[in-house]
Amino acid sequence: MEAIRAINLTKKYKDTLAVDNLNLQVEQGMLLSLLGINGAGKTTTIKMLSCLTQPTEGDALLYGKSILTESMDVKAMIAVSPQETAIAPRLTVRENLELICGVYGFGKNKREARISEMVRLLRLEPIINKMGGKLSGGWQRRLSIAMALISEPKILFLDEPTLGLDVIARSELWDLIRSIKGKVTVILTTHYMEEAEALSDRIAIMKDGRLLICATAEEIKAHAGESSFEKAFINIVREAEK
Amino acid sequence: MKILTLAQRNAKEILRDPLNLAFGLGFPLVLLLLFSAIQANIPVDLFEIQHITPGLSVFGLSFMTLFTATVISKDRSQALLQRLYTTPVRPIDFILAYTLPMIPISLLQTVICYIAAVILGLDITVGILYAILFILPVSLLYIAMGLLFGSLLNDKQVGGICGAMLTNLSAWLSGIWFDLDLVGDGFRRIAYLLPFVHSVELERAMLLGNFADALPHLVWVLGYDAVLMTMAVLFFLRQIKKQ
Repeated sequence: MEAIRAINLTKKYKDTLAVDNLNLQVEQGMLLSLLGINGAGKTTTIKMLSCLTQPTEGDALLYGKSILTESMDVKAMIAVSPQETAIAPRLTVRENLELICGVYGFGKNKREARISEMVRLLRLEPIINKMGGKLSGGWQRRLSIAMALISEPKILFLDEPTLGLDVIARSELWDLIRSIKGKVTVILTTHYMEEAEALSDRIAIMKDGRLLICATAEEIKAHAGESSFEKAFINIVREAEK
Repeated sequence: MKILTLAQRNAKEILRDPLNLAFGLGFPLVLLLLFSAIQANIPVDLFEIQHITPGLSVFGLSFMTLFTATVISKDRSQALLQRLYTTPVRPIDFILAYTLPMIPISLLQTVICYIAAVILGLDITVGILYAILFILPVSLLYIAMGLLFGSLLNDKQVGGICGAMLTNLSAWLSGIWFDLDLVGDGFRRIAYLLPFVHSVELERAMLLGNFADALPHLVWVLGYDAVLMTMAVLFFLRQIKKQ
């Protein structure tokens, strides 16, 4: 089943073409990584797909719902973990989770069940009553992801989820992402080649708003004639510059 | 439910900041004590307790503008609001969630101000109830300014515009501390084109139970409420689009 279909999705900011005529399909349960150097259009793509920014041209259908005309339906089935840690600093970890349950309209029983599930999944028990603003960067990122997962989204957007995390925190987050693969359709943006290669079912490489290739890591390596994914990425991006 | 959840969060965000509590509730009380002390030593009509209390209760509301604008501008600068914009919450829900918690906070501030005034010698009359009730349209005015500035400015600018400029404007152009006629006719005319002096006059008239005198000032306040709230909604919606 098709979870996402982007149709000629385009975003222009004055003279800058942030996303150029993007056509993309993502199957249900797939983890797709958007990979690219700075300014490639990864975050803008996520912002459009999550109804945060309106496309200049084109449309995208999420489970058949248009981001242009059915944005409330789309918003009910997605969750976003933005690039910056998105938590309420003067609320405790529990209150942050309750906040998201509240905006999705969960009743008391469902709210408590979802909070317990997130506390277990992300091992939040030691910090459950601490203020969000007092947590370390790693814990804040973990809470931010719990706030994205708690609404049981069909589609989860993770914008550079491991940025700034230490190696242990990153490894734990990878394990978490692997554990939800197949259950939730995940769109992940990252700068880290090894992250994209390790986690993704498919990888979309973007440059200057254009989609250069969308395939598995192995297919991308074969396409570029390289055994290393990083070299394959560099080849493809440099080739596009010519 | 969604509005209530967001409103509770906004209230906690404001009330859990000790500086907000100190300035929002403490500062008007300090001023009340100060003017009572001045009045005890050098009696001035303007500083009589029944005259200064309505003015201070209005002046205290300038902190509601500061609180509202600060919480919105900080939310805008952080990714939390971006996250919430991707949830099934309507723009009007956000506006209500920022507005609603400020109303009981404004009322609480006014009630505390009047309790302190009674302790300092204000006669207990039904006018106190009227004054507290009619603080609602005045508080809406200051909350609307908070929504407006919070949608337009970043958190540093909010500190300057709302924390310094608005509190000063609210003080100078309201006739709380000095008779506007003393400054001159031009100054008086400008002041009476703005909502601050009308808010104070409304409260002074209500404390005396004088509805006829209050009515023209109420019309000014309600007019500014409508204009500022409309502008606030439009600019709030514009900043959502700019996200």
